[in-house]
Amino acid sequence: MAKKNVLVACGAGIATSTVVNSAIEEMAKEHNIPVNLIQIKIAEVGSYVDTADLLVTTAMTKTEYPFPVINARNFLTGIGIEDTKKQILEELKK
Amino acid sequence: MSNLVFDESVILLDVEADTKEAVLETVAQNLVDKGLVKESFVPAILKRESEFATGLPTAGVSVAIPHTDVEHVNQKTISVAVLKNPVDFVIMGDDSETTPVQIIFMLAMDEAHSQLTLLQKLMQVFQDETTLTTLANATDQTSIKTLLEEKLDLMAFEGGER
Repeated sequence: MAKKNVLVACGAGIATSTVVNSAIEEMAKEHNIPVNLIQIKIAEVGSYVDTADLLVTTAMTKTEYPFPVINARNFLTGIGIEDTKKQILEELKK
Repeated sequence: MSNLVFDESVILLDVEADTKEAVLETVAQNLVDKGLVKESFVPAILKRESEFATGLPTAGVSVAIPHTDVEHVNQKTISVAVLKNPVDFVIMGDDSETTPVQIIFMLAMDEAHSQLTLLQKLMQVFQDETTLTTLANATDQTSIKTLLEEKLDLMAFEGGER
């Protein structure tokens, strides 16, 4: 399985993406999935359009990307977090 | 990297405001007055919130975690403001849906991609309805300080943990 490039983005690239990044890292390790996590600001996503496989973000984005986008707010509130994890996992396993 | 400032001076109670902008201005201006952030922090926080909302519909009591870029910060701190009446904030990741926020955790971070342990502990607080309710109903700054110091393990943090 090719190593997936996963963008983890929030508005500032400071707070929420740090938390989400770590959660995905842990999840990937747990399932033995090699993954390349890139923590960025949402405004920087454009420069990764050609290389990324997935975008996980806490910020809103209306832009259409050639890869799936998963909202990660649940990682912060804990509500519905298992569903979001499952969604991410499915993408990582593709 | 500076030490985290967390004392009574960054904990505000009974904050009265009608709009999220007024709330953010009050909380951010207090940090300017304390010299913890630069003047530019106030407009930066307002702008960031309008672009990337930070309201979180957490268990029982909704919170918001306004924050902005590191260059506006002199010394890192988490400012807590309990609102007298809930104020609507747009939900993070949404463009119009709002949540009635009762507690603001304004993050002033001085380094990107850092403070993972602290932020994870903060998110744990957001998932802990009892703690959020206690904070929302607190009547003095010191009880909030003590409770959050324990929940965020700040004593260890201030002791030099990175």
